[in-house]
Amino acid sequence: MTETHLPKAYYDMLEELQTVDFVLVELNLYLDTHPDDLEALKQFNTFSKKSRELRDRFEEQFGPLDQFGHSYSSYPWKWNDTPWPWQV
Amino acid sequence: MWYYEKKLQYPVKVSTCNPKLAKFLIEQYGGADGELAAALRYLNQRYTIPDKVIGLLNDIGTEEFAHLEMIATMVYKLTKDATPEQLKEAGLGAHYANHDKALYYENAAGAPWTATYIQAKGDPIADLYEDIAAEEKARATYQWIINMSDDPFINDSLTFLREREIIHSQRFREAVEILKEEQGKKRIF
Repeated sequence: MTETHLPKAYYDMLEELQTVDFVLVELNLYLDTHPDDLEALKQFNTFSKKSRELRDRFEEQFGPLDQFGHSYSSYPWKWNDTPWPWQV
Repeated sequence: MWYYEKKLQYPVKVSTCNPKLAKFLIEQYGGADGELAAALRYLNQRYTIPDKVIGLLNDIGTEEFAHLEMIATMVYKLTKDATPEQLKEAGLGAHYANHDKALYYENAAGAPWTATYIQAKGDPIADLYEDIAAEEKARATYQWIINMSDDPFINDSLTFLREREIIHSQRFREAVEILKEEQGKKRIF
């Protein structure tokens, strides 16, 4: 419901992560039907590492991205905090 | 199981409040060829599809939920500041009477989503051909909506989604070839 005012860095860092994660979705589907493509597999692993780095940096500033223990939380519990994706 | 990620797959921005465009977009939310139907179709078919293509159905089905969330975000943002009068003018009076501004799984004409939109035949080729057709129909729907929309931000997100339908269709076509090849092998032995 609520509209939160967010710094530009939020959008920039989020978009950087979305870009890298999109490459991963695309490579994942491609590898599902081309499991023997070594070059694609290498790209996948490189981007997987990159995604993890970007995610960690984003979460340090703006809170957890993943539920059920896949992201750490500072105190108090941060997962409930806005903004949710449709609010930004 | 699944994990939720607190981000959209691709950014969704809107220019202005536009309930008329939201009404058209609902087609991709709860329509026959929409994202809900796609996600549920693939994730349900995957249990009985041959092992070689389970991963693909699993992963495309999962991506469809990310698309569903993008469509929901568009509809939400396009209607959240609309007055009841504006909703009525946009043809959403009946929707407002029943749901206020809540989202609902229905098509652009207001018909609720139904499982009769999707099939699971247990025949791998029949299932995959349905999936290819579903992607092509969804791609066409995105095009028709883009043709009626003058919101450049929405059109950017819709163009992304239209391209994803093309990729999914292509991957499903490859899955058909993989299964045909497998069947060919069996015949030799």
